Amino acid sequence: MAASAIPIILMTLFWGLVGIVLPIVLPKGPNKSLTQCVLIITAVSCWLFWLCCYMHQMNPLVGPTLHNTTVVALRKLWG
Amino acid sequence: MATMGSLFRSEEMALCQLFLQSESAYTCVSELGELGLVQFRDLNPDVNAFQRKFVNEVRRCDEMERKLRYLEREIRKDGIPVLDTGENPEAPMPREMIDLEVKFEKLENELKEVNSNAEALKRNYLELTELKHILKKTQVFFDEAMYPPNLPYDQDVYFDDDEQVNLLTDTSLHQLKHIGFVAGVILRERIPAFERMLWRACRGNVFLRQAEIPEPLEDPATGEQVYKSVFIIFFQGDHLKMRVKKICEGFRATMYPCPEAPADRREMAMGVKTRLDDLNTVLSQTQDHRHRVLVSAARDIRAWMMKVWKIKSIYHTLNMFNLDVIQNGLIAECWIPVANLEDVQLALRRGTEKSGSLPAILNRLSTQESPPTFHRTNKFTKAFQTLIDSYGVANYREINPAPYTIITFPFLFAIMFGDLGHGIIMALFGAWMVWREKPLSAKKTDNEIWNIFFGGRYIILLMGVFSMYTGLIYNDIFSKAFNLFGSSWHPVFNDSALMSKELALDPANKAQYDQYPYPFGLDPMWQISNNKINFYNSYKMKISIIFGVIHMLFGVILSVWNHRFFNRPMSIYCEFIPQLLFLCCLFLYLVLLVFHKWTWYGAGGDPSVSPSCAPSILITFINMVLVKPYEEAGPVCSYYMFAGQFGLQRFLFIVALICVPWMLCAKPFLLHRMHKQRTIMMQANGGEGVVEEGGGDAAAAAAAAVATAEEHDMGEVMIHQGIHTIEYVLGSVSHTASYLRLWALSLAHAQLSEVLWQMVLRIGLTTSGLAGGFLTYAIFAVWAFLTVAILVLMEGLSAFLHTLRLHWVEFQSKFYGGTGYAFVPFAFETILDQAENAGPEQ
Repeated sequence: MAASAIPIILMTLFWGLVGIVLPIVLPKGPNKSLTQCVLIITAVSCWLFWLCCYMHQMNPLVGPTLHNTTVVALRKLWG
Repeated sequence: MATMGSLFRSEEMALCQLFLQSESAYTCVSELGELGLVQFRDLNPDVNAFQRKFVNEVRRCDEMERKLRYLEREIRKDGIPVLDTGENPEAPMPREMIDLEVKFEKLENELKEVNSNAEALKRNYLELTELKHILKKTQVFFDEAMYPPNLPYDQDVYFDDDEQVNLLTDTSLHQLKHIGFVAGVILRERIPAFERMLWRACRGNVFLRQAEIPEPLEDPATGEQVYKSVFIIFFQGDHLKMRVKKICEGFRATMYPCPEAPADRREMAMGVKTRLDDLNTVLSQTQDHRHRVLVSAARDIRAWMMKVWKIKSIYHTLNMFNLDVIQNGLIAECWIPVANLEDVQLALRRGTEKSGSLPAILNRLSTQESPPTFHRTNKFTKAFQTLIDSYGVANYREINPAPYTIITFPFLFAIMFGDLGHGIIMALFGAWMVWREKPLSAKKTDNEIWNIFFGGRYIILLMGVFSMYTGLIYNDIFSKAFNLFGSSWHPVFNDSALMSKELALDPANKAQYDQYPYPFGLDPMWQISNNKINFYNSYKMKISIIFGVIHMLFGVILSVWNHRFFNRPMSIYCEFIPQLLFLCCLFLYLVLLVFHKWTWYGAGGDPSVSPSCAPSILITFINMVLVKPYEEAGPVCSYYMFAGQFGLQRFLFIVALICVPWMLCAKPFLLHRMHKQRTIMMQANGGEGVVEEGGGDAAAAAAAAVATAEEHDMGEVMIHQGIHTIEYVLGSVSHTASYLRLWALSLAHAQLSEVLWQMVLRIGLTTSGLAGGFLTYAIFAVWAFLTVAILVLMEGLSAFLHTLRLHWVEFQSKFYGGTGYAFVPFAFETILDQAENAGPEQ
């Protein structure tokens, strides 16, 4: 039922920087519009990809099923 | 958007007419070839190649090229390195062509003479060497006959029965005097057959001795090293002699006169030896001369070759021009990018200055013809443009998918290939090729596979980089996961619970789940869980649909820019809007349902949104299309995901249904009405303008003819629109399903990489002790090889092909025509490249 705000803000800020700020501050050049296009598509796809992954785990319907040996090993390894 | 020189649309082209003075035509075309921005049109397509104006010049160039090829072959035969200085000589003036021809003629003749001399000398040398060997070997045969070592080698016989031995040798010596013999040399592999033949033909009445010549001899005709044997055949009588000689000839054995007397033989051997020595010196001098000639030719041959290719291509181009008989000039028609008209003018001025004649005149023509498509690419965008062009070259000035493909291609690839480890391998390979770009591209090879990889180095780099990102999100590195931020799941169980084999973590239990997800990518706990495939399937299927629908929507939206650019408002209202509505009402709604389900349902909250109540989106979607009301599932759960879902779905579905006849009929109907209005107006005008009755009839008949032609057109328009609509409607269903390949391949890739780890590397890792160490070392090599060969190379190739298909079919079908033709400028650069690549095969 819950999403933590920090990762959402961080990731959105990061990809917002790539996809919105960078294309605006890009220096003039022969390939400016192409670079803008590349940056925007990269940011949108990568941000959405991360978001889907985050949202898929946001409200888990089931939990992972572990083998009891795995549980014992994890208890030992992760404390 | 369509700025000059950008990749978003092809460049504006101008059809131009060029008036060239006949004196300056050659130099002008040469300058244009260096510039490489003009595509000439063949103005004499019906004239065959032998009847054109500059046939003779082209033929002379062919002759020169042939001579140079001959020289090149000879140079290569001697293993002399050809210097590639990278210089690019200009095309020589026509009058210099004669000098070149004379030079090549001289060189060829010199070389041919040297070669024929050398061949004669070598043949002579071979004969003498063979004779030398014969004399030597036959000497051995005769010596053996005198002191036979291979008579019964019994000690007793040899020493005790001395008399008998002597008697035998006496006999053989005695016999030799009456016996004729033939000596010669034959290829070693022919010996057994030769021997058999002799035995059969002469009924065993001849005696053959043979000895191998240990060192190989050079065949003067082919220059190959061959092994030969000396033989000597003893026989009795002229009849057998004839027969033996015939057999020798048949087996291509060379026979040499061999004197019977030992003294004669010795004398002959001495003579042969001195002649051989003389020949040796002459031969080495000849070889030196040849070498000198070739070395000096090797220094210039590349420049000569380039010059000849350039001259030839200039005359080929001049052959496409029309003769202007009145002005004594040539007329050419060509396509030029509008942005480069100035450069072409400058090049023409340079050309005329060189020849010092009147200036060339460049006129822009207006034309109805569709111009060629020219995308100005750089080394980075070139590979992406090639991907698009291999499907079909864009129509003139239509939206070019290549700039969007630069990212969407590697990204969709990465969804299928998502693995940090494999991504790193691929990215490193791509980065290495990009880093070593200059030395690698200078090293020209015929290896087609390498050339493909090298041509796509930027694609490979980007595919690798994006695979690293998706690999991080999938939390998958060689089928293992990183726990970078600390898993949100905690396997906290009491000891009694551990007795059962499988333990499920409960998302509602606050001790077992933190209540907020792993911040970046999939939780590492899933990688070691037993139900991870179910979890991954549901996740990957959803993202495939989400990205697929967005990709298709993007394609549909791009079509607006085409419609607006080509000023087709009717297509916007009758095609784009219903297409967009159709896709949104069905498939964008499906995507929104996915997001809704993600946010709405979960464990530990209100029971009406508990996991057990979460509906299957697929079934919801199917019910929507079947317009079935859902029955209530129970007291707690509602089958509806939100209030008013049924009404909304019915509304969306009806809108989507309306879109189908809209796409199908609106455009043909509007076209039909426009035609009708036009015919009515034409008839009205015709009635006014005509005075005579007969004329009026004719005009009416003409109008009727136009009307029937248009009706015929209408039929075509209807069919076209019908196909288009069916394609789109069925297409958007099947294309959405087609994006599920993203899920399937991603799953297959992850599974394959896991199987490889479990079946191979685990063997080494689970063996304990020192043996385990060594075993791991060995097994790692196997695992690493299989990882690169199967998971990176083969899986990479398969994911690449699927991505290509998603772009060509699913994406481009929404907006891309792809029925244009490419701009192929007359450029020395490409001509030289092609000629060089075609060279070694000849």
